[in-house]
Amino acid sequence: MTVAAPATGYEPSALQRDRVAYRRRQTVRSVLVAAASTLVLGVLLLVAVTGAPGWERVRSSFFDPGVAWRALPDVLRGLWLNVQLLVFCATGALAVGLVAAILRTLRPAIFFPLRALATSYTYVFRGAPLIIVLYLFTFGVPGLRLTGTPPVLVLGGAALVIVYGAYLAEVFRAGIESVHPSQRAAARSLGLTYRQTMRHVVLPQAARRVAPPILNDLVALQKDVGLISLAGPIDAIRAAQIQTAQTYNYTPYVLAGVLFVLLALPLIAVTDWVTLRAARRQSAEHAA
Amino acid sequence: MSEPVLSVRAVRKVFRAGRGTNVVLDDLSLDVTEHEVVVLVGASGSGKSTLLRCVNLLETIDDGAIYLEGRHITDPRVKPDPVRQRIGIVFQSFNLFPHLTVLDNVTLAPRRVHRLTSGQARSRALALLDRVGLADKAAEYPDRLSGGQQQRVAIVRALVNAPRLMLLDEVTSALDPELVGEVLALIRDVKEQGMTMLIATHEMAFARQVADRVCFLDRGRILEEGTPEQVLGAPREPRTRQFLQRIVEAGKL
Repeated sequence: MTVAAPATGYEPSALQRDRVAYRRRQTVRSVLVAAASTLVLGVLLLVAVTGAPGWERVRSSFFDPGVAWRALPDVLRGLWLNVQLLVFCATGALAVGLVAAILRTLRPAIFFPLRALATSYTYVFRGAPLIIVLYLFTFGVPGLRLTGTPPVLVLGGAALVIVYGAYLAEVFRAGIESVHPSQRAAARSLGLTYRQTMRHVVLPQAARRVAPPILNDLVALQKDVGLISLAGPIDAIRAAQIQTAQTYNYTPYVLAGVLFVLLALPLIAVTDWVTLRAARRQSAEHAA
Repeated sequence: MSEPVLSVRAVRKVFRAGRGTNVVLDDLSLDVTEHEVVVLVGASGSGKSTLLRCVNLLETIDDGAIYLEGRHITDPRVKPDPVRQRIGIVFQSFNLFPHLTVLDNVTLAPRRVHRLTSGQARSRALALLDRVGLADKAAEYPDRLSGGQQQRVAIVRALVNAPRLMLLDEVTSALDPELVGEVLALIRDVKEQGMTMLIATHEMAFARQVADRVCFLDRGRILEEGTPEQVLGAPREPRTRQFLQRIVEAGKL
């Protein structure tokens, strides 16, 4: 029944007006409570930090605007490297992870070797410490003195892709397996092939479900791409470290930290928005 | 006559969809007295399920009031959990918890909500499961049972808390005809025990058997109510006749 309500003489009863008013008061009250508790907590924190005996020293060595301003160009240059690496590594790791996840869910016997390969890949590289993989790739591989060895940056990126691909593979696999078998059955019964079923029915649902944990891993990746500086390239943290070594002031680190948070915000906001929108569209069960 | 167990007074429920609003319950009033079984019939979208969901406070109503044993439960100051503890609801699609065994499905609320000991909850659950012929399935997981068995477990899960009122929402709609019988037999049995029930159904034959009173809903209003013989046998309203005619044509009466 989708008859639009004719605006014929419905007047809320006194009871309903009362109820609406009560709910409105409750809303106002909860907003006020939230504001008050936030204010109290904020003031407490402010007093606790700025009232601490060592606050002046900490402020001058961690929050010095002059130092921050002078360090900004170098840190930003380093950050640009982070951003580039992040885009490259995130794309690569998502692709590797998705492929490994799909391989792990292949059932036919003939795919056993691929399945075994994908499984051992996720086992080994989720267990292996990132720094060691990074050293192996950036120092070990060039040590082979093969012709055409790519630059350290690419090798380091590859190490990150492989390690994060293994994490993401397991997240994707969890997502794929969380799609109810009846969905597969429905798709296959329509005559869709395995591949089409994955592409059009299973993966879209899986991707939506795993978007938040995937984002978690990507934000972690964003911070870990900086580890590549162990092999030489200068990222934002390394740039801050150099600045700190010159001035004996830790403000550049704080600056780099703030920039990292700013970098993550749009990523988080976009993912939240996308998942929220999808959820809202699908759960509009009462929409006409 | 004593005070009704459930009293629905001038309830209005509106769904806002896109541009317009859709009045699903329109100034609807209904009483269910102790030990009475009231069956709601009507076309899809006539508001049967919504009414049940409103009674269980799964939906907030837009006007009017609902009383359970004389207490106003749609007052925003009323906490919904204690109200729901006194109402059992069974859904069309069973909604058993797939990660719990049959026994754990049934004993979850007794243990966690009603604070029975594991032993007490277990013995009550097993007694009820035995009554519905499912004692041997207690250790199984829901997905391993047939639809009829799952729905019987769902009914037991609601009954085990000794609710004052049972709400049944199209409990046989997801079952094939072979399995409908066992569920309906169980509900008749529950009626024999004196349970007060509000039932939404498409099964007219069942409505005839189990109902003390049948209400025909149309566009969110009760268009006609009375004994099953009256409403289903000799309806006064043309809309009711039309609806029943379609059911007869579909071979469901």
